[in-house]
Amino acid sequence: MKLSSTGQLALSALLRNRMRSVLTTLGIVIGVAAVLMMQSLGQGATAYVAEAISGLGTNVLMVVPGGTSRGMGGMTLGVPLFTQADVDALRLSARDVGHLAPVNTRPMRVVASAINRSTSVSGVAPEYFEIREWGVQAGRLLSKEDERDAAQVCLVGQTNADALFPGEQALGRELRVRQMSCRIIGVLEAKGASAFGTDQDDVVMMPYSTFSRRIIGTDRVAMFMVSAVASDRIDAAKEQIVATLRRRRHLPEGEDDDFGVRDPREMQALLTKVTGVLTTLLAGVAAISLLVGGIGIMNIMLVSVTERTREIGVRLAVGARARDILTQFLVEAIALSAVGGVGGVALGLLGAVGLTKGVNVPFVMPTFAIPVAFGVSVAVGVLFGVVPARKAARLNPLAALRFE
Amino acid sequence: MGSTTRSEPLLELKGAWKAYGEGEARVRALDGVDLQVRDGEFVAITGASGSGKSTAVSVLGCLELLSGGEYRIEGIEVQQLDPDVLAALRNERFGFVFQSYNLLSRTSALENVALPLVYAGVSQAERHQRAARALERVGLAGREQARPNQLSGGQQQRVAIARALVNDPAVLLADEPTGNLDSKMGAEVMQLISGLNHELGITVLMVTHDPTCAAWAERQVVFKDGRILRDERKAA
Repeated sequence: MKLSSTGQLALSALLRNRMRSVLTTLGIVIGVAAVLMMQSLGQGATAYVAEAISGLGTNVLMVVPGGTSRGMGGMTLGVPLFTQADVDALRLSARDVGHLAPVNTRPMRVVASAINRSTSVSGVAPEYFEIREWGVQAGRLLSKEDERDAAQVCLVGQTNADALFPGEQALGRELRVRQMSCRIIGVLEAKGASAFGTDQDDVVMMPYSTFSRRIIGTDRVAMFMVSAVASDRIDAAKEQIVATLRRRRHLPEGEDDDFGVRDPREMQALLTKVTGVLTTLLAGVAAISLLVGGIGIMNIMLVSVTERTREIGVRLAVGARARDILTQFLVEAIALSAVGGVGGVALGLLGAVGLTKGVNVPFVMPTFAIPVAFGVSVAVGVLFGVVPARKAARLNPLAALRFE
Repeated sequence: MGSTTRSEPLLELKGAWKAYGEGEARVRALDGVDLQVRDGEFVAITGASGSGKSTAVSVLGCLELLSGGEYRIEGIEVQQLDPDVLAALRNERFGFVFQSYNLLSRTSALENVALPLVYAGVSQAERHQRAARALERVGLAGREQARPNQLSGGQQQRVAIARALVNDPAVLLADEPTGNLDSKMGAEVMQLISGLNHELGITVLMVTHDPTCAAWAERQVVFKDGRILRDERKAA
């Protein structure tokens, strides 16, 4: 018996039971679509994290007080902050450090003429904006003169510009931060959410000197942002920073650092690992629904074999070999699952576009996922079709003919 | 008579027995049957129900194997053959007609008739051509696309006969072919079967309990309790 005849036979058998075929296929459609959607969601989340972290800048280190074993940011209680002298020492002895900017950040309430709101206020050195590759959309950045003079000027992020001066220009207006009033000299470019979901545009930035002297009254440095002279010198810069700070902080040999040099690439690697695990987990759960779909096919094929026992008897009587019957039912099962695979890929693509848009991560569909999803659905057909098909092929012709 | 192939019986059972079931429930459906059928014969097999007549036809048609004894087709011992060879024998040498027609539902008359050709590896165009010719032979030209539920019982049985014919078999095996039909339709079907025997020279083996049907045959074999009670030829 020719394969093309087998295909026709299977197709006409499935069309004879249209409703049942559609419902059986639905199990596979949902399974395949779920796997694809979860794959896409996971990959999208990974891409989102990568993008958000690279938004920090491609050549950035963050130096923070507190041991590296204390996690990201974490507890800094009891650990000495950095001093202005540390800044000067790093500038002198860390040869591969390009730019270095001390940063102090506090949550504060700021007041425009009529509106006040809580935001994140930072004092930063002018180099900060070069390190983060961040510019203004209006006005200018902080200058060396602003820093030297502890000028009463500030920059606002997009979120503050919109919230504090709705429908108005923020540039040139006065903003009160605690007891100090400062003039807005620039509006920063919008940067969006960070890797941790905080709004990077909900900020006010002013010269480091202004912030420490006029607002918080201490010149202790909470953290540095550092860039290397070139992005391939970043590891060397890191080593030099560690060596200098250990010496300055009188750490004996063998004792752990009481500060950390954070490299966004490491964070990216960690977060990518986390999202990777998450993706596998989600896809695993989705795969279970594919398994259930496969069992649905097996169930329906077993029912079909029983229902069609007489038909099988007739076919055997007119000369079908056991293997012809086996092929016929196997092809039917595969046809069901393959059609389900095609439908699942279509639904999965649509669903993935919608889902990623819904949770606001980029749409990613790895190209290999589609043929793999289709292949798996066909494999499910073979796997769950074999048992019913063998049952059909093993029937005794006479018993099958007399089956009521 | 010389020992030419002509003299060799087409079908031959020797000391054939067939048992079903186990232990106490064991039944000997055939219990030492010797039967020879020559090419071109028209044989009616009669007997009470449970006498073994249907079992005999199933064995002769290679739907079942014997529990013991010998069955030869043209001198070839069937018991030793591979299941695939038995399938090929059913496909090429035998045509089956059943009491309950056994047509595939929701399938056209043409496709039903063409079914044996599918397993013979015949191309679709030729399948349809030969199936149409077989339908014409049984008087159903023009009803190719009708489905079984659109046909009368007599018509359905004629579709089944066309299916049995389509592969030009040597032997037609009919198990109560008129059992579900009224006497008028039954007579039509018997006319048709008799014609196949006389005009095409097809050997016919027909199980029946109806004496009027049996009267169409030229030889009558009567079964009782798994054995042959009588084997009579009509006086020519």
